[in-house]
Amino acid sequence: MATVSIRSVRKAFGSTEVLHGVDVEVQDGEFVILVGPSGCGKSTLLRMIAGLENITRGEIAIGGRVVNNVAPKERDIAMVFQNYALYPHMTVRDNMAFSLKLAKAPPAVISDKVGRAADILGLTPYLDRYPRQLSGGQRQRVAMGRAIVRDPQVFLFDEPLSNLDAKLRVQMRAEIKDLHQRLKTTTVYVTHDQIEAMTMADKIVVMHAGNVEQIGAPLELYDRPANLFVAGFIGSPAMNFFKGRVESGAFRFDGAQLPLPRAAPGVNGASVIYGVRPEHWQLSADGIDAVVHVLEPTGSETQVMARIADTPVVCAFRERITAQPGESIRIAPDPALVHLFDEKTGVRLN
Amino acid sequence: MSDTTATTIGATTEPEGPQLLSWDSRARRVVTIYVPLACFLVILLFPFYWMGITTFKPNSELLNYKDNNPFWISSPTLDNIRKLLFETDYPRWLTTTMAVAFASTALSLVSSVLAAYAIQRLRFRGSNYVGLAIYIAYLVPPSILFIPLAQVVFQLGLFDTPFALILTYPTFLIPFCTWLLIGYFKSIPYELEECALIDGASRLQILRRITLPLAVPGLISAGIFAFTLSWNEFIYALAFISSTEKKTVPVAILTELVQGDVYHWGSLMAGALLGSLPVAIFYSFFVEYYVSSLTGAVKE
Ligand SMILES: Nc1ncnc2c1ncn2[C@@H]1O[C@H](COP(=O)(O)OP(=O)(O)OP(=O)(O)O)[C@@H](O)[C@H]1O
Ligand SMILES: [Mg+2]
Repeated sequence: MATVSIRSVRKAFGSTEVLHGVDVEVQDGEFVILVGPSGCGKSTLLRMIAGLENITRGEIAIGGRVVNNVAPKERDIAMVFQNYALYPHMTVRDNMAFSLKLAKAPPAVISDKVGRAADILGLTPYLDRYPRQLSGGQRQRVAMGRAIVRDPQVFLFDEPLSNLDAKLRVQMRAEIKDLHQRLKTTTVYVTHDQIEAMTMADKIVVMHAGNVEQIGAPLELYDRPANLFVAGFIGSPAMNFFKGRVESGAFRFDGAQLPLPRAAPGVNGASVIYGVRPEHWQLSADGIDAVVHVLEPTGSETQVMARIADTPVVCAFRERITAQPGESIRIAPDPALVHLFDEKTGVRLN
Repeated sequence: MSDTTATTIGATTEPEGPQLLSWDSRARRVVTIYVPLACFLVILLFPFYWMGITTFKPNSELLNYKDNNPFWISSPTLDNIRKLLFETDYPRWLTTTMAVAFASTALSLVSSVLAAYAIQRLRFRGSNYVGLAIYIAYLVPPSILFIPLAQVVFQLGLFDTPFALILTYPTFLIPFCTWLLIGYFKSIPYELEECALIDGASRLQILRRITLPLAVPGLISAGIFAFTLSWNEFIYALAFISSTEKKTVPVAILTELVQGDVYHWGSLMAGALLGSLPVAIFYSFFVEYYVSSLTGAVKE
């Protein structure tokens, strides 16, 4: 187990820079998730930690040792690839034993470790099969088994669940989390799925176009997104945004007005973006009018797509909604849970 | 091999409509598949047939086709084969050819594996140009290359030894095998090697334990090609070997069994027949791999 420090790391492929100075501190035993839209450089960063890409600028340290010029095999890490990269010509047992054999571990130790990993992952009946004879979920487990037999300092995962169907993904999500709680190995996990990030991480690093947008605990990012990008990226359905101005103690747009959060000093007269999460709307007699377009009852809650003036909004209510499409409802945000962002820079104001 | 092709094609075009159509489509299948295939087979196999029957024909029958059916043998004989095996150096030629073919194939395969792996996977500076250079070397025809090579062979004192052939055949075998293997290595997922790298393997270990086992079909087809090419090679064998007993089969049967303008047709054909058997046998072992390496890539 070890810490991972990423300090002002930059990466360029030829003349195009794809990471523009990334700083991340991963504590010992922490489960950190790198999340961001496709192409933002998550895999590249992970591969730099693994030693598969060299580091253009800055440094990466694992367990306090700078590893910029250390070969992958000497970094004491294990990586699970998106397509698992199981060796097709080896049985499950040999796949898991490969690294130990290379390290010249005694056969008794190898079979003991492989047996234990197979036990943890429920792979014991499949040890003598070839990867092509396994289901997607089982292959995924073999890939993890290959990582855990080595007992490395750091686990690296690159979108390990993206090839699985939705149900299996939820199950494997729980298994990986459970595994982490058992082994307490420092983990860096890449995904573009923010639900995966929210449910599994101790700490989330939100990346966008080669920059880190925000680092924090899942609920921290949910409660206080540092900027527009994070606000829009974290949370499902996504946050509603309104473009307008702050005037005489209220937010005005399109001739409507919404209450300001309490802690928003010095924004009077400014052009701002006002954000409300769908689940933070309430039905309220002194709210503003919203015309209902589509109702999506899921049982536990009802999602309503509506319009306030010309701006589309999504609301999620715990109550049952009786309004029909075309009718209007009166809704109001909870002022304590409203987010204000600078219109130009996108930075959080309250 | 042609048999399997025919049946698989037949199976995919199996009529699925009502009975009415079946005569029609069977006729079409005969015209589009079996007739061309039959023509092809006849044209392809006729020389082998001719070679076969000539081998077992007595001279009297061979030279007089007015009284005998030229496409058939009435009194088969083993005379030609006996003459070939016991009155010429044929067994020596055969073993020489085999030894030369095996040695040059092995040499070329080892070099090609290393070259192809370096060019495809290590991506050192200028690897593209090295790949291109190897390819261009392949384009120089042996009928030109044997002149400078003869100089080299003489200087090294290899003239009239099997090494003259073992060391010159790779000049065309290595480029060929290297390009075949580059294509094959390309089809092996990169992640497997990255994963092995993290697992602690060195480059050579990766080559030996991951890449080569996955490239076996590619290695086999490269091997077969190389073996066949060296077995049939003519120009270098003709130019670099002079003693009768050191010749290879293709050169020897032509130079030793044609005396002046006398063609010993029976023995010539027997020599050709026996000479092509080892290659055919070698081929038949690996046909499966060979076909799969030309049609499919590595699948997980
Ligand atoms: N070998 C390479 N050469 C040139 N550009 C590359 C290379 N690898 C990645 N890139 C570029 O770097 C950027 C980041 O790629 P990366 O694979 O890290 O994205 P990602 O965040 O993992 O995306 P995804 O979620 O789709 O996997 C992309 O714009 C990509 O085009
Ligand atoms: Mg990626």
